[in-house]
Amino acid sequence: MPQLAGVPAIELVAIDKSFGSVHAVRGVSLAIDKGAITGIVGENGAGKSTLMSILYGLYRADSGEIRVDGQSVHMESPRDAIAHGIGMVHQHFMLIDTFTVLENLVLGAEGGPMLAGGMAAARTELERLEREYGLSVDPDARIADLSVGEQQRVEILKVLYRGARILILDEPSAVLTPQETDQLFRILATLKERGVSVVLITHKLREIMAATDRVYVMRQGQVVADRRTQDTDPEALAELMVGRKVRLHLDKTSTRRGEVVLEAAHLSLVDGRGVRLLDDVSLTLRAGEIVGVAGVSGNGQTELLQVLAGIRPPTSGTLTVRGRVIQTGHPSDPGEMRDLSLAHVPEDRLRQGMVAAFRASETAILGYHDEPPFTRNYILNAPAVGAHCASLMEQFDVRPRLPGLRSASFSGGNQQKLVLAREMARRPKVLLVGQPTRGVDIGAIEFIHRELIKSRDAGCGVLVVSVELEEILSLADRILVMFAGKIVGEVDAGQADERMLGLMMAGAKPARSEVEGVA
Amino acid sequence: MDEVATVIFLTFAATLRVATPLVLCAMGGLFSERSGIIDVGLEGKMLMAAFFAAAISAVTGSAWLGVAAGIAAAEGMALLHGFACITHRGNQVVSGVAINILAAGLTVVLGTAWFARGGQTPALENSGQRLWPIFFPNAGDNILVYAALASVPLTWWIIERTRFGLRLRAVGEMPLAVDAAGISVAWLRYRAVLICGFFAGLAGAYLSIAQNASFGRDMTAGQGFIALAAVIFGKWRPFSAFGACLLFGLLDAVAIRLQGVRVPGIGEVPVQLIQALPYLLTMFLMAGFIGRAVAPKAIGVPYEKEH
Amino acid sequence: MRAPRRPLPAWADVALLPLVNIALAFVIVGIIVRLIGVDPFHALRLLVVGALGSSESIGYTLYYTTNFIFTGLAVAVAFHGGLFNIGGEGQAYLGGLGCGLAMLAFDRYLPAPILIPLGIAAAALFGAAWAAVPAWLQAWRGSHIVITTIMFNFVASALMVYLMVNVLIAPGSMTPQSRNFTAAAKIPAMHDVLAAVGIQVAPSALNLSIVLALLCCVGVWIFLWHTSWGYALRTMGHNPDAAVYAGTNLKTMTMLAMCLSGALAGFVGVNELMGVHQRIVLDFPAGYGFAGIAVALMGRSHPLGIVLAALLFGALQQGGAELAFDIPLITREMVVVIQGLVILFSGALAHLPRPWLQLLLSRRVS
Repeated sequence: MPQLAGVPAIELVAIDKSFGSVHAVRGVSLAIDKGAITGIVGENGAGKSTLMSILYGLYRADSGEIRVDGQSVHMESPRDAIAHGIGMVHQHFMLIDTFTVLENLVLGAEGGPMLAGGMAAARTELERLEREYGLSVDPDARIADLSVGEQQRVEILKVLYRGARILILDEPSAVLTPQETDQLFRILATLKERGVSVVLITHKLREIMAATDRVYVMRQGQVVADRRTQDTDPEALAELMVGRKVRLHLDKTSTRRGEVVLEAAHLSLVDGRGVRLLDDVSLTLRAGEIVGVAGVSGNGQTELLQVLAGIRPPTSGTLTVRGRVIQTGHPSDPGEMRDLSLAHVPEDRLRQGMVAAFRASETAILGYHDEPPFTRNYILNAPAVGAHCASLMEQFDVRPRLPGLRSASFSGGNQQKLVLAREMARRPKVLLVGQPTRGVDIGAIEFIHRELIKSRDAGCGVLVVSVELEEILSLADRILVMFAGKIVGEVDAGQADERMLGLMMAGAKPARSEVEGVA
Repeated sequence: MDEVATVIFLTFAATLRVATPLVLCAMGGLFSERSGIIDVGLEGKMLMAAFFAAAISAVTGSAWLGVAAGIAAAEGMALLHGFACITHRGNQVVSGVAINILAAGLTVVLGTAWFARGGQTPALENSGQRLWPIFFPNAGDNILVYAALASVPLTWWIIERTRFGLRLRAVGEMPLAVDAAGISVAWLRYRAVLICGFFAGLAGAYLSIAQNASFGRDMTAGQGFIALAAVIFGKWRPFSAFGACLLFGLLDAVAIRLQGVRVPGIGEVPVQLIQALPYLLTMFLMAGFIGRAVAPKAIGVPYEKEH
Repeated sequence: MRAPRRPLPAWADVALLPLVNIALAFVIVGIIVRLIGVDPFHALRLLVVGALGSSESIGYTLYYTTNFIFTGLAVAVAFHGGLFNIGGEGQAYLGGLGCGLAMLAFDRYLPAPILIPLGIAAAALFGAAWAAVPAWLQAWRGSHIVITTIMFNFVASALMVYLMVNVLIAPGSMTPQSRNFTAAAKIPAMHDVLAAVGIQVAPSALNLSIVLALLCCVGVWIFLWHTSWGYALRTMGHNPDAAVYAGTNLKTMTMLAMCLSGALAGFVGVNELMGVHQRIVLDFPAGYGFAGIAVALMGRSHPLGIVLAALLFGALQQGGAELAFDIPLITREMVVVIQGLVILFSGALAHLPRPWLQLLLSRRVS
């Protein structure tokens, strides 16, 4: 194993952790070098977050040792971690919306029972930190009024304020725009210069290559590789992450586009604060094609799906679904959309697409519960419901085949398959799918992708929204890119490449010559 | 002119008399609710305190021991509420309702068993057993009234200007952030609940040994709920809640005076309408017809560590 | 660090845990009784005999049970929609008002077979209306339904006092109550009905309202688990986002749930006013609304569980009354104490015995 100079800031030795029957971390040993940026990369469920939570004292390892600066330590709680100079910037910010930046900063480190003195001292220290690390934020601003990037900076300042010399960042760019991500990495570089050790947890290979000195690859709870970043490349890392050559492109026949099944004209959605969540969005979806909507999470894709599915009415614009014009004055609703043979697989299946406490058979009729054959004269037909669920499970290989089992007891992949089955079995003419393979294991991913293509081939118009560019590239016939609520680019799949799409996702238009050059 | 001044003074005094238990309970309720624990049980705590204050005062002859006993009784209930809601993450509303019912029954059961007067405690007569007015003999301004007035700026100061207050507010908004900062969510909430018990204890003691001279069954008569209404009406802020208590107290003081009086243009105002006004006003506020009341974000949700 | 709650086997969760909760409540009451100087087991014997020892006591027990079923169902239906309806007291009061008004208006002109359904409908309507206001405030203005229903209980009380004292009071009466209803406005007493088929039982307050209560149980069961509306309601209760996704209108569903809930609570008025008092009186909700919360919790919001829990509470009420009669040292309020403890243990401290039960059950398995 390549060794960088000196005692590592952190050493994890043979850490093991199980939650009931789930063996989340299996005998992991790794070292975080001082004054360097170490990346830990892996898919969902690889164990990276659990491992870092153990380091930060949120969980207790079942066995193994933690060493800080060569000394063995016990992490009983985040308090211990903070005392040892470890700070964590979580994916979901631990910030009180109604407090100011300064108040959030001092929470837990107020410097005395009375606030006045502590706050004044904190203000001075904050100014010093801002100068030293190049992070600027208004101390008296309320968190609720700050942008996501600024809020993250507050999180980093919080950690530095407590004297952290080791910074753990858990998927920091998940909520940032590409510009904000670049800004973040500049900040990390400054931190590194000042001798702070950084641990970057991510599943984005681009970031590993751009920012880290050393990278550990985790898969299924184990460390499967340890490399100097300069000695490796994204393809190698991807293969290590997944364990086999990744099939990025499925075989699919070229599309036979039919009539327009969905048309959005100048859709806009403005929220209570005047933020334009959707800005003059127009798109067309035809039968027999898959349109992929790419973009970093938070650029309006969620809102787009909600509007198209009838969950949220747009502020202005028209939506035409299979010939029926739906105007803003007439609020559409999901039931009406279903009547028009539009089906919707939501982005967040647990929050929207299913009811965890319901049996699988009940989840299998969600949205269709008041239609025949499930309901006649308002009375539910239990045998019909059960039979339907069994049939869905058969068609989509949902395991275990138990319609009476609680929906929450199924694995993520099987839950997703059930939801997809429910929507696709109706043979809709329009299918809206959000994050089709989020939290789904590899085997199910391929199955789901194949089903979506089958649906397309059968004449359905499919709209797929995904933050995984790989997924868009492998599924879509046409790709739309969303940024800041607008559609900023439309490319035929055959002419698209990751770099160009990445630029569009970042809000930067590729130079005209580049686009033409590729064509 | 003199008559008008007297009427105003008497009305003001009556308002304060009525508002004192409301203010004390409201301040207590504020601490609990700002920390994220709904407190529907203010009524029950106050009732228990009133009973024990009067009982102990009658038995020992000392009003101060009575006050101490009242506080102890309310704290007992507060601990129970805390145990159910914080340690066991139980339903906070149910716990509050249970405490109210428990207090209503227990005070009469114990009262009958100990004093055999159908639930009442013996009348407190000699001067040591009651709390007497200090400056204005007719206005009933005993020490607890001043305590109630002082409790408002004290509460404000604790919540806004101390470390404890900052953490308290934080835990009512996002306990996860507090936990991640290495602060014990449970201990913070327990302290909030205990402070609430303290104030409710004072309020109950006031009822039975200052405002009146004994305990009678159900003597709180819904004042705990009015205090809760005042907290909400005051948007969970001490001075606003105090204002609400004064308003509700004024309504009550005026209600008696208005009985039988014909108000020009409206006719006779039913006393029940005035009695219902605090509740109706709070509902109007909750409906957003008079501004918005935003509760602490994490209120009512038991905090579960994810591990 | 606390270990996550491992689920108990279904039978333990549904049957054993509630029994343990009740047992704990009784143990505490026993301690209090001992503190007062009475032998707890003697008191317990008197309680049980008082509740079930004669056909008269059984009658009264079942009469109380009827009310507990109504309020238990009311809370349960709202629970299934994710709503906490604490307004049962006020809704019961208004239900009684509605029923009573219908009687006062029509009891001289209509025969019993029309009058009784009319009274039931009026009770449902008024109870539903009283629940509709907090429901509307929750659905359209986002006001927390717990607060608004509690407030509305007090408003109901004030309203009823006003009406009884000023408007509905029977001429020449010293107490606030309306004139008596005519004989047509009476729901037949159970002892009369049984006598008509040859079974002799002692007279009690038990009347045919209990049949209404049981019908409501069946109706609620069918509604919740066998209709599309019930499905939508349960979806909303578990997961409002999923309900929206499924095309359910949350506002409408909230109104529906609360109106049903209010109507069910309103039926207490039917039992009390048409079944027993034969006139409008004050204070007949008498804590049934709050106890309904305990009944719903203990019965796990399922009609079958609610019937069983209601029976327990009914027995407690009747037995407690007899106990207070036999031992003057123990007042009627002891029942209130027991109720409070049961609510505490089956509601807020419901999971207290869990670790011990898990320990016990896992030992038996291994």
